[in-house]
Amino acid sequence: MKNLFNALVIVLFAVLGLTLIWVILELQPPTHVHLSKQVLTQLDASGVTHPVTAVLLNFRGYDTLLEVMVLLLALLGVLAQIGKREQRNLSAWFRLSQPYLQVLLWLVRMIVPLMVLVAGYLLWVGGHQPGGAFQAGAVLAAAGVLLNLSGVLPSWAEPAWNLRTGLVFGLLVFLLVAAAVMVVASPGLLLQYPPASAGMLILLIEMGLTLSLGLILAGLFLFLSGDAIEDEAEK
Amino acid sequence: MSSALIYACTGAALFVFGVTGLILLSHLLRKILAFNIMGSGIFLVLVGLGQRSGTPDPIPQAMVLTGIVVAVAATGLALALVRRLLHFTGEIRLPEEP
Amino acid sequence: MSNLVLDLLLVIALLWSALRSLMTPNLFHAVVLFIVFGLLMAIVWVRLHAPDIALAEAAIGAGLSGALLLDTVGYLHKKQRESLS
Repeated sequence: MKNLFNALVIVLFAVLGLTLIWVILELQPPTHVHLSKQVLTQLDASGVTHPVTAVLLNFRGYDTLLEVMVLLLALLGVLAQIGKREQRNLSAWFRLSQPYLQVLLWLVRMIVPLMVLVAGYLLWVGGHQPGGAFQAGAVLAAAGVLLNLSGVLPSWAEPAWNLRTGLVFGLLVFLLVAAAVMVVASPGLLLQYPPASAGMLILLIEMGLTLSLGLILAGLFLFLSGDAIEDEAEK
Repeated sequence: MSSALIYACTGAALFVFGVTGLILLSHLLRKILAFNIMGSGIFLVLVGLGQRSGTPDPIPQAMVLTGIVVAVAATGLALALVRRLLHFTGEIRLPEEP
Repeated sequence: MSNLVLDLLLVIALLWSALRSLMTPNLFHAVVLFIVFGLLMAIVWVRLHAPDIALAEAAIGAGLSGALLLDTVGYLHKKQRESLS
């Protein structure tokens, strides 16, 4: 019975897949919507010269604003799952007495400053070349994970007030800029930056987002891995 | 057939792999893997179909960029839930239907 | 022509790693294959002229997701050892 059901599901989805591929091959390009052309013609008003950054933080800035909220919600979900516990300094995974771990430690101490530098570069270069807040935040988060895995940075237990501020900092900057622009520059329009200062405002938002995205994405790992250590400590 | 179109078709195949795995596999970690593969397939369809004429299209690219970041957050949340389930019940699979 | 060959090889590797990561019996192998899948996706994004996504995918899809999944696999194995002993 179970095998029959499995075979039926596989056959059904094989048919679905072939149909999807057929549709993709048959589909004609839309003739009356030219979004990418619109992006390129409006690019001068966006304050940046890289089209993807222009879409992300200017033309569809509203999406990005809500996305940061989604990320915060996901982190809150993780925090709710790992439960409440008292603040204490969680011990690192590794004992750093073995000589080969010294090599790891040395390597991490060489690489992490470089990663922070790369994140800063990606943030700055996002205005005119591939790069931006998301990539920079991801690199920062990866640096955090690396520090945790090599035993330098302990896993996080309960977020203290400074960590909480860091987590929402990007969203706060984004909201403040949105509110300020709505009141001062273009009343009644959300995230309609004035073209003259758009580049500066986007860079400001991106700086906040880089910090917060880095902390949120690193937090996903650091809170979860801290949970396992805590679990062990209970016994 | 342009290379964008090849990747769009691959995306459709990956979506089907992912959604089949999501239904058939009972191990929750595999379900998360299948969910991620499904998402990657959708991203490929979005970008591949958007630039089948050959010129890069920034709009689907920006959408997929946000999508990837949301996907990893969803994965983290799903893993937290799985670990909680494991902690309480010792089970890593969903119970069989009666 | 060489582009087409590269595309087809990438597609085959992508589909193979996805399928194997869902089918292989060993969970650790599955996660490692998923990380391979993420890295292949990063190359695909470069082929699709989307360097922004390639950067994000390499750091997130392969790096962060992989770390999260591997950490959970380790936790799972530890739990299983505990329940056996």
